[in-house]
Amino acid sequence: MTDIAKLQSELTAAIEDADTLDALEAVRIAALGKQGSVSALLKTMGAMSPDERQVQGPIINGLRETIAAALAEKKAALETAALNARLNTERLDMTLPAPETPRGTVHPVSQVMDELAEIFADMGFAVAEGPEIEDQWHNFTALNMPETHPARAMHDTFYMTAADGEEPRVLRTHTSPVQIRTMTSQEPPIRIIAPGRVYRSDSDATHTPMFHQIEGLVIDKGIHLGHLKWTLETFLKAFFERDDVVLRLRPSYFPFTEPSVEVDVGYTMVNGKRVIGGNDGWMEVLGSGMVHRKVIEACGLDPDIWQGFAFGTGVDRLAMLKYGMDDLRAFFDGDNRWLKHYGFNALDVPTLSGGVGA
Amino acid sequence: MKFPLSWLKRHIDTDATAQQVADALNRIGLEVEGIENPADRLSAFRIAKVLRAEPHPQADKLQVLSVDAGNGPMQVVCGAPNARAGLVGVFGSPGTVVPANGMVLKVAAIRGVESNGMMCSVAELELGDDHDGIIELPEDAPVGQVYADWAGLDDPVIEVAITPNRPDCMGINGIARDLVAFDPQTFRPRSPDNVLVEGKFAFPMKIGIEEGSGCRTFWGRVIRGVKDGPSPVWLQNWLKAVGLRPISALVDITNFFSYDQARPLHVYDIAKLNGAVVARRGRAGESFVALNGKSYDVTTEDCVIADDAHVLGLGGVMGGEESGVSETTTDVLLECAWFDPEMVGETGRRHAITSDARARFERGIDPMMMGTVIETATQMIIDLCGGEASEPRIATDLGPDDYPNGDRLVAYRPALTKALAGVEVSVDEQRAILARLGFFVLDPQNPELWRDEESRQTALAKIGIDPAAPADPDHWVVRFPTWRPDIDGAADIVEEVVRIHGIDRVPSTPLPRADGVAKPTATLVQSLERKVRRAAAARGLNEAINWSFIPEKEAEAFGGGQAAVANPISEDMKIMRPSLLPGLLSAAQRNMNRGAQTVRLFEIGRRYLAVGERLTAGIVLAGEKTPRGWASGKATKFDAFDAKAEVQALLTAAGVSVETLMIMPVLSGAESGDAGEHYHPGQSATLRMGPKNVVAAFGTLHPATARAFDLDGNVVVAEIYLDAIPVKKSSAFMRAPFTPPTLQPVTRDFAFLVAADLPSGDLVRAIRGVDKQNIVAVRLFDQFVGQGVPEGQKSLAVEVTLQPMEKTYGDDDLKTISEKIIAAAVKLGGTLRA
Repeated sequence: MTDIAKLQSELTAAIEDADTLDALEAVRIAALGKQGSVSALLKTMGAMSPDERQVQGPIINGLRETIAAALAEKKAALETAALNARLNTERLDMTLPAPETPRGTVHPVSQVMDELAEIFADMGFAVAEGPEIEDQWHNFTALNMPETHPARAMHDTFYMTAADGEEPRVLRTHTSPVQIRTMTSQEPPIRIIAPGRVYRSDSDATHTPMFHQIEGLVIDKGIHLGHLKWTLETFLKAFFERDDVVLRLRPSYFPFTEPSVEVDVGYTMVNGKRVIGGNDGWMEVLGSGMVHRKVIEACGLDPDIWQGFAFGTGVDRLAMLKYGMDDLRAFFDGDNRWLKHYGFNALDVPTLSGGVGA
Repeated sequence: MKFPLSWLKRHIDTDATAQQVADALNRIGLEVEGIENPADRLSAFRIAKVLRAEPHPQADKLQVLSVDAGNGPMQVVCGAPNARAGLVGVFGSPGTVVPANGMVLKVAAIRGVESNGMMCSVAELELGDDHDGIIELPEDAPVGQVYADWAGLDDPVIEVAITPNRPDCMGINGIARDLVAFDPQTFRPRSPDNVLVEGKFAFPMKIGIEEGSGCRTFWGRVIRGVKDGPSPVWLQNWLKAVGLRPISALVDITNFFSYDQARPLHVYDIAKLNGAVVARRGRAGESFVALNGKSYDVTTEDCVIADDAHVLGLGGVMGGEESGVSETTTDVLLECAWFDPEMVGETGRRHAITSDARARFERGIDPMMMGTVIETATQMIIDLCGGEASEPRIATDLGPDDYPNGDRLVAYRPALTKALAGVEVSVDEQRAILARLGFFVLDPQNPELWRDEESRQTALAKIGIDPAAPADPDHWVVRFPTWRPDIDGAADIVEEVVRIHGIDRVPSTPLPRADGVAKPTATLVQSLERKVRRAAAARGLNEAINWSFIPEKEAEAFGGGQAAVANPISEDMKIMRPSLLPGLLSAAQRNMNRGAQTVRLFEIGRRYLAVGERLTAGIVLAGEKTPRGWASGKATKFDAFDAKAEVQALLTAAGVSVETLMIMPVLSGAESGDAGEHYHPGQSATLRMGPKNVVAAFGTLHPATARAFDLDGNVVVAEIYLDAIPVKKSSAFMRAPFTPPTLQPVTRDFAFLVAADLPSGDLVRAIRGVDKQNIVAVRLFDQFVGQGVPEGQKSLAVEVTLQPMEKTYGDDDLKTISEKIIAAAVKLGGTLRA
């Protein structure tokens, strides 16, 4: 064995034996450092004759490369082992809880209002609004309920305090005054829905003094009861996302419509709850009718040219029928638990393509 | 209003069941609210005879009966004092449910003696109040038969909701008329039992009406020699079925007509009257005790019936106790009057009296039927109470032409039914429907239909029909019946035609649809509201909806209410909220009381100010911000910066550029439109677009306010005044081109000593302003007070980001900018920290 071969096998063994990065570094310095044994061999090449260098050069360089490669390989192995050892000490209990993020919710009434806006937008209805503290002309008189009209007394009206001699304003008893505000402020044709808070002086298990209604109004030429029927059928089918929604129209009476129609929707009993669809039974959901001539006249429109229909229903009620709440009072209690149970995810935005129910 | 099927059959001949009647009523607009047959709950109770009655061996008050209910003797223990051998009564066998208490009868030992059922009292079967003893039936009552069948209780009661436009259907005859119009084959009309009672003597007293009294006609009849007592069973049963308590024959007869014909009547005991009976206005200081036992002070706005001494009753509303009939009554005055509906309504409301009479007069009573009713009622009094009748006396100020709802016409085009209701109904059918309802399509040229030519011309001109024009088959003149005061236009005729023809036969017709995909309809404000709502929910807040009205005290804590309900349902729901926070704080408090650890609520709604209703978002954060955690340590509380973070996030969602807003102290009072006393004075602020326009206020709730709402710990709140945010539609979808700088930004840190009360925002804004070209961001990253910082000062450290545009910065460039930054800080009283 030559000296070089011997040196190589000694160094290789030393590399092999090094069990820490420090020990390996010592081997590297002893071999490839300035004073190292391999470095010393490399230096001897300067004094060699060209012929001798021709022979010894590749051998010495080969030694250097071999040792450098072995060092690198050993270093990588030691580093991997060290990393593994460190990772082994860094083990976490992954069953520990992650930081909590509070879950926010949208109130069912808001959600249902968004659903209604989406459905009616497809039928060309815009969303209109009006004041909740309303004057009596808009809330009653213009709706063909003169002061002594018995229906006016039936409304359980909240009156506002007023200065002496001033007619007290009222908390609107229905969303119908928005009909008046719309007809007096824009030219027909009109297609609007008007959702919002309404107030009646009534409080028991199924009534709250404040609740939500939605009003619909179409004023155009040649609009009749058949259009009303189609609109309500189409809306209810879309809202409940069922094709077996059946309506029953009943003649009724509202001062501001003539003819007036009450609308029942068929339901089936599922697990003791009424589910819309089918016709095991009927429940009243909407009041509607052809807008009374006097109402159209009161708004400054010519009832011989313009006619149309109006309808109104409870938004809270629609929410209850669709999503199964059974206590209206809880809607206005702000109970965290209820809001989280019945509320909707922020991203449950009703869309026609994604569905209006969530 | 409810009525038993048997009573309806007084007016129509039909084989229809109660359900069939109900279905028909629903279809024609008389909404059925329920059908109840008292016999349904009594079907298991049978007539039984007590064979033997022996003392109970263990109990003095009990007896052991042997009872036969058709299947031989059974042993029954009974405690009724009237139980005795030979008694025929009503028996419930084991398994039967007792209507009064829902108990199921069982075979049971009572004090050691087996009992196999129960002999029942009237109260137990809910047939009356008497529970002193068991029911006693006539001896010949058929043992074993179902009691309800034998007693005629198998008579379903139909309850109908009568809409205010149908006063005629406040009488069963009116309901019957509608049924006949709907289906004359199924519901065959019976001819009315009209009578004329011969007067045996002259009307013996004075009755009258004063002008302007509110009573237009007072029709009287005196019946002498009557004997009042219980009315016959059929009448009692009917009155009980409609929900009235039988009183005596005379009173029951007036109630009968109230329900049968929607025609309230009144009887006075003549012995209790003093002189003339007159309808007049009430006078100041007068009062009377009404039939409900309450005393009322009448006003000059009320129509009263009075004699020379007293007020006897409120006309059309309620009679008086004093002049009422009793067993000793022998002579009566029967009153059939017509009162002004509006005055009746006002009087009823003024005195808060609801009565069957008011309900009918207020809606409008057929003025043309007074004669037939008073005749029929007089006959009924004579039939049931004996006596003889006087000649009638009529006091009226109505001329032949001014009967309320007298000759009223409406011009109607048969084509209108198709135009308004969208359904084709032939003219023949229309005419037939109207005729069955008592409407008459008349020939305007027929002179016999009017008193004279003048009244014909006036009547036709009033409805826009040319009196000279020949009858036009396309333009009908319809005379409508006196019992339908609600009719006032052609649309009413359409409704009559359609409801009888069948509203379910109206074909569903699609609304015309605009071309293309539906256009967006939300207004900018609506879009803004939706974005803020969804953003708040996405940030972990729960949306609540609170009452619009709050207690006065809560409103005062928030600057005071600016609108109040005059007739609140309770004092807690009196003031229209000037802020959303009181409602949210009350909700937070309720949640805390239920054991919630944390509350993050928001609401979007209106606050009600004198200037109008303003869309607002309110936020309350209470309890723990983060619960104690293995990694985070102790639970943390909310602070004012949490409110600030929510406000900034929601404003950003609303499209507001938050960096440009001014942060200013919360002001109190009207100036800011926002009362600030409910905020911690040192931990609250407003965000403004310009010094006057407050778009949001936020901060820590004042501890006193928190205490007032019974909330502990740190509560932070915020309000965003959505109405203050200017909304504008962006003009185009196209965004500005994307031009990122080619050179890398450079950051430099500066620390300054400044006065302790200098808002850090001022320093940041000042630095930002020194070189808007190069300085693209200034971020405050440290605030320090303590060692090394002189008293009264603080150290603020900022990181300034510089963005070179054309070429990289040289040392000179950076030096120039640094000097400008330092100068800006010096101007605010700051010094660069070494």
